[in-house]
Amino acid sequence: MGKVVVITSGKGGVGKTTAVANIGTALAQLGQQVVMVDTDIGLRNLDVVVGLENRIVYNLVDAVKGRCRLRQALVRDKHLENLFLLPAAQTEDKTAVTAEQMVELCRELKQDYDFVLIDSPAGIEQGFANAVAGAEQAVVITTPEVAAVRDADRVIGLLESRGLKEPQLIINRIRPDMVRRGDMMDMDDILDILAIRLLGIIPEDEHIVVSTNRGEPAVWDKGSRAGLAFRNISRRLMGEEVPLLPIFNHGGLVQRLRRLMGLK
Amino acid sequence: MLGLLQRLLGQETQSSKKIAKERLRLVLVHDRADVSPHFFEALKNDLVEVISKYMEIDTRRLEVKLHNSPEAVALVANIPVLGMKKNYGS
Ligand SMILES: Nc1ncnc2c1ncn2[C@@H]1O[C@H](COP(=O)(O)OP(=O)(O)O)[C@@H](O)[C@H]1O
Ligand SMILES: [Mg+2]
Repeated sequence: MGKVVVITSGKGGVGKTTAVANIGTALAQLGQQVVMVDTDIGLRNLDVVVGLENRIVYNLVDAVKGRCRLRQALVRDKHLENLFLLPAAQTEDKTAVTAEQMVELCRELKQDYDFVLIDSPAGIEQGFANAVAGAEQAVVITTPEVAAVRDADRVIGLLESRGLKEPQLIINRIRPDMVRRGDMMDMDDILDILAIRLLGIIPEDEHIVVSTNRGEPAVWDKGSRAGLAFRNISRRLMGEEVPLLPIFNHGGLVQRLRRLMGLK
Repeated sequence: MLGLLQRLLGQETQSSKKIAKERLRLVLVHDRADVSPHFFEALKNDLVEVISKYMEIDTRRLEVKLHNSPEAVALVANIPVLGMKKNYGS
């Protein structure tokens, strides 16, 4: 029996779809059976990020409404035979699926897969309710900006009131240089305010743009720091303890020197 | 140039991260109070209970709200007093 994990944020454009694509791919690289579900009905884009847009026949709404069997709606990845996508419908709206149907769908999927990763739409309306309905674990993603962290706080409250206790946080698009200059909130600032467990930190990384252009998630790219950070997150989701990337073990030069000299 | 001078003189303007964190903290005070519909009700009831030990108050005209200023959020309570209790604290 697998786990259903929803990745959500409140604010749009903070990296939910990027995270699902990369974490899903990395979990599959580690040998897990994975299905990624795009619940952003009407605005599907997980298919493009993972480069499977040309292979879609049926979608989530077809499967839920019985227009096809669930199996038929799953699109197999180009490289990994244990990675699948359940695409969102592009031509219907968010009310095409109910929360009960999502619960049933997740229940079915987790019989066959180790990880069911749910990509959620922006907002906290029905699309959000659908995305979290069948999940038993939640990951909240934010960027280090006031508006994004504020929305993350709201979403954490909503998740907890829905019984998704102890959501975990991913902070995306951190720029260590700006943090060092004092021009970007860092993980301590954000964790301090949100009081939530950290799952990982993803640096701002041009490789994300390149890999999205190609439809090959950054975890395939050995030179991508964001890719490495996503691989580490995947290992943490599997229960392994993995330290943060050294670029985030910041502190000023003095602190780093002290640490090097064993003074701290 | 001015920036450099200010830095040399140690009067660097507050870092934007500090400003962000402070703004975030303040906005969340409101968000968190708003989100929970019973927040002010529960707070009022508890205030009434405590203050009634010391004073007679007009509970119907009691008002509790959050007041904003640029650098802080204050809890403002307006509690009409009808009289003092003799055996306060009991
Ligand atoms: N760590 C990162 N570094 C650089 N660009 C990123 C990073 N994370 C996300 N992006 C870019 O930000 C945009 C929004 O990301 P996306 O995953 O679509 O957000 P969401 O699904 O939350 O709306 C995309 O163009 C994506 O390529
Ligand atoms: Mg998205």
